[in-house]
Amino acid sequence: MLELKKLTKTYRTGDKALQDVTLTVPKGQVMALIGPSGAGKSTLIRCINRLVEPTSGSVILDGADITALGAGGLRKMRRRMGMIFQEYALVERLTVMENVLSGRLGYVGFWRSFLRKFPQSDVDEAFRLLDRVGLLEMADKRADELSGGQRQRVGIARALIQDPRLLLVDEPTASLDPKTSRQIMRLICELCAERDLAAVINIHDVALAQMFVERIVGLKAGELAFDGKPTEMTEEVLTNIYGEEDWQATIRNVDDEEAEAALAAS
Amino acid sequence: MPVSTDVHGAKIWQLRNRNQTLIRWGSYLAAVAIFMWCWQRISEATTWFFVWDAPRIAADIGGRAWPPRWSYMDKLWGPLWDTFNMATLGTVLALFLAVPVAFLAARNTTPSTLFIRPVALFIIVSTRSINSLIWALLLVAIVGPGVFAGLMAIALRSIGFCAKLLYEAIEEIDEKQVEAITATGASRWQVMAYGIVPQILPAFAGISVFRWDINIRESTVLGLVGAGGIGLQLQSSLNTLAWPQVTLILIVILFAVIVGEWVSAKVRGAII
Repeated sequence: MLELKKLTKTYRTGDKALQDVTLTVPKGQVMALIGPSGAGKSTLIRCINRLVEPTSGSVILDGADITALGAGGLRKMRRRMGMIFQEYALVERLTVMENVLSGRLGYVGFWRSFLRKFPQSDVDEAFRLLDRVGLLEMADKRADELSGGQRQRVGIARALIQDPRLLLVDEPTASLDPKTSRQIMRLICELCAERDLAAVINIHDVALAQMFVERIVGLKAGELAFDGKPTEMTEEVLTNIYGEEDWQATIRNVDDEEAEAALAAS
Repeated sequence: MPVSTDVHGAKIWQLRNRNQTLIRWGSYLAAVAIFMWCWQRISEATTWFFVWDAPRIAADIGGRAWPPRWSYMDKLWGPLWDTFNMATLGTVLALFLAVPVAFLAARNTTPSTLFIRPVALFIIVSTRSINSLIWALLLVAIVGPGVFAGLMAIALRSIGFCAKLLYEAIEEIDEKQVEAITATGASRWQVMAYGIVPQILPAFAGISVFRWDINIRESTVLGLVGAGGIGLQLQSSLNTLAWPQVTLILIVILFAVIVGEWVSAKVRGAII
């Protein structure tokens, strides 16, 4: 569904953020992108919706080449790609409802959006999504009144109301505590499963990624360094991506996880 | 080198070494010498007789100016209303013109850094650098004396001030929020309305009342050059040496300024 072909990004400073990245994400697959800071994870995700212009290569979503689109076509295409950010990137001084509805901006004309006269179907969907992420009673609160986890839920609702085919998720849990991180990751993965959405999730926390996703891709200095199942992540792989370190505690211990899950279920 | 080693090999740290210290003291000495020289020049150019006489003259004017002529107040309500109108309408007009200029001047919203931004910056600098009294002088000559000239003078002087503060606010916005709105497929104007405007709204409100407060003060003197408002009365009273009226006008101006300050403080408190 999503295809990256020889995607390359060289910044004006000469930094090679991405080099010949070729990758295919099938429909409905949740994929984690790991790698050290500066490996190009953030650039890769932003090249997909062209918040960052790729230098060369192409990004193909459902057969359409995003890199070849003009301004209008790009905006139409962006509607189908929901994005979730590390620091939530909500418009702090707007209400939760306005933030969620801002996900519909690509579908609504300027004056309607300026006057906040969104179609009733959009408003219905916004309420439905707020209910789904558990923030129905917060609709009228200003975004800066919410806690980190709540803000990220609003961010998720904003991305989903776009009716996307693909979610681009940039470090969704980096500003959250461990428990909230798990809840947010679980929510994202559940929603992807419900809607058969593909997702690319940038994530620092390898253990968290292993816990939730079905495929992990490692990026090292702008190049693919690993592509496989979470169970295939070994100490050697991590050492290859991040460098020498004691990885014993990072890699998921399957028995522990199952014990924990059993405990939670009982 | 502030760090050196003494004979025993221990490291010594000083804020400045000997040369730096000497240069500092030399500079102080030069500064004092220049100050003394200037003092002397001013002293030579001063007619000291007038200066020694000043307390007596001041006491004389003070004696004539007191008590204020309260009955003159009847003639001040109109000009006072004009003054408030000049300040308020001038501020509103300035804001209308300053907003587009600010967006054109801000590095992150300007359509062209090379061509349009310098023009916007030039508008800001040129309107800001000319005092409203001078604008009023020019405008009285162009559009004739009266409130309209004063209003225009206030507006012109305020464009640069408001646009400068506003474009600095625009440059300091959180780009992540803009990025997030862009990523939804929003158009350029929608990105502005959702990503940028909510972020600068508090700054905009603060700048507006701040400038309005300043303009109340400025509009009280514009009458001195014929641009309407209470300054007109002040000038005619001064010309006819009607000191009790001058006292009353100064009291009225003082109250107008206090009211302006009080209102703007209240409004700013409510926003922030």
